[in-house]
Amino acid sequence: MIVAEQKPLEEIKGLINEANKVLVVGCGTCVTVCFAGGDKEAGILATSLRMNTKLEGAPKDVTHLTVQRQCEWEYIDPLRDQIGEVDAVVSLGCGIGVQALAERYPEAIIVPGLNTSFLGLPIEQGVWEERCAACGECILGLTGGICPIARCAKQLLNGPCGGSQNGLCEINPETPCAWQLIYEKLAAQNRLHLLMEIQPARNWSTGRDGGPRKITREDLRLVKKEAE
Amino acid sequence: MTENMTNGYKSGSRLERILRAGHFAVTGELGPPQSADGEVIRKKARLLQGIVDAANITDNQTAIVRMSSIGAGTIAVQEGLEPVVQMTCRDRNRLAIQSDLMGAYALGMRNVLCLTGDHQSFGNHPTAKNVHDLDSLQLTQMVVKMRDEKCFQCGDEMKGAEPRFFVGAAANPFGDPFEWRPYRLQKKVKAGADFIQTQLIFNIERFAKYMEKIRELGLHEQTYILAGIGPLKSPGMARYMRDQVPGLDVPDIWVDRMMGATTGIDKEDKKARQDAWRREGIQIAIELIKELKQIEGVAGVHIMAIEWEEAVKPIVEGAELFPRPEPTSLPTSDTETAA
Repeated sequence: MIVAEQKPLEEIKGLINEANKVLVVGCGTCVTVCFAGGDKEAGILATSLRMNTKLEGAPKDVTHLTVQRQCEWEYIDPLRDQIGEVDAVVSLGCGIGVQALAERYPEAIIVPGLNTSFLGLPIEQGVWEERCAACGECILGLTGGICPIARCAKQLLNGPCGGSQNGLCEINPETPCAWQLIYEKLAAQNRLHLLMEIQPARNWSTGRDGGPRKITREDLRLVKKEAE
Repeated sequence: MTENMTNGYKSGSRLERILRAGHFAVTGELGPPQSADGEVIRKKARLLQGIVDAANITDNQTAIVRMSSIGAGTIAVQEGLEPVVQMTCRDRNRLAIQSDLMGAYALGMRNVLCLTGDHQSFGNHPTAKNVHDLDSLQLTQMVVKMRDEKCFQCGDEMKGAEPRFFVGAAANPFGDPFEWRPYRLQKKVKAGADFIQTQLIFNIERFAKYMEKIRELGLHEQTYILAGIGPLKSPGMARYMRDQVPGLDVPDIWVDRMMGATTGIDKEDKKARQDAWRREGIQIAIELIKELKQIEGVAGVHIMAIEWEEAVKPIVEGAELFPRPEPTSLPTSDTETAA
């Protein structure tokens, strides 16, 4: 899932300081599951903003609502009226949700209430860890299902580096060394031969380095079918 | 044709010629300043020239910004000290590395050490974006390919003179997983590393075990292994390296010796204590080198006296590695072509 964290209240206040009427929009998918931007968090943020601005003598009119997914037009299209009534919208969606609202409602001031952190999972209640860098060319089949692009601080393809000690990464004693994990996994499966091959210089163009990415599936497109 | 240019050597560097002749090689380390002061390099180069066969010029070591290794290396060349240009993958992508190395070659540099690079979070620009387009193995492959196949990483043919470097890589015998480290070295040899410089070695017994495996794999016959040595400056430094530095294995015996070095010296006499520690640190380095020389497959030592270049001479002398041998010279016409 997409894992995010709420921005500090002061920062959010700074982003909406010129607005009187504010709408907080939560999202019912990933950021609900990671307790960052669901309906509950949207309600708490709206209340906090109301109380805080009231205490400071400049009360804002803050309301909230939540949509199932901020990243799809069909879920955000029905918000036209509510968004039209406010001076600013705080999106508690991930970066995709914020941009979807901004794109759909070009006149509106849409600001982020979250910092979108990474693609990951909860390793236990209350602890999330990154797992995928969305690099566009998956190598998990060669690395025992452990991703060095997302989980090695240096994105090594031929690790581990000299800083791997007692199974931990040198840059953070709380982070396991991804290459130690890869090594242990492949050793346990008798597949260490996979590590003897030198992984050649990577083609990074499938990732962010190739510019903004886009996938087009002609078999799924409706527009094309209509045109025919 | 290129073979002729270096008289059968891959690069013709002094380091390569020393090793090929079967001499026990000595390399040192020269850390560029955190300034644009070339005089610092000249002074350090004079301390090392004639004492070591070549000196590594670090590349923003520990991710702290310093004068570039190629800039400093150029000054070292002018001073008659052969540089080993360190090149990390942290700050440059494959375009920048290839272009910098061609420049380095044109300026007279002949050795390069291919490194991943310390993570930027250790240095003075922890908020920087890192590159890591290549890792150290891919970097090694790329530099070897430029030399042996005369082509760029992308496969395009190089028109004109190719950079002919003696290509080195690093190894940490004490990193984890310990049992995998010899195989990682094997991968570096497979990538084409002509020589290997290791992390600082204080645990001879454990290093000997590593070398046993290296010999079993026959790697000592395919690459020159230079064992890393660093003189301890103080008991504090010894403890820090034992307890805090990932990838270092410093047995208690050396920490105890450093602590015992000031026995009988007045605690207030700071100068005398410092001198005593430094003498002991140099002595320990000498003892370690003498033991390393006995290990089959160790082709030389790499002495890392960080910000203490003065220590290198007494260590090399004490280890009976001075004077340094003069390698077979390259035919004049060939060196001119190569330069």
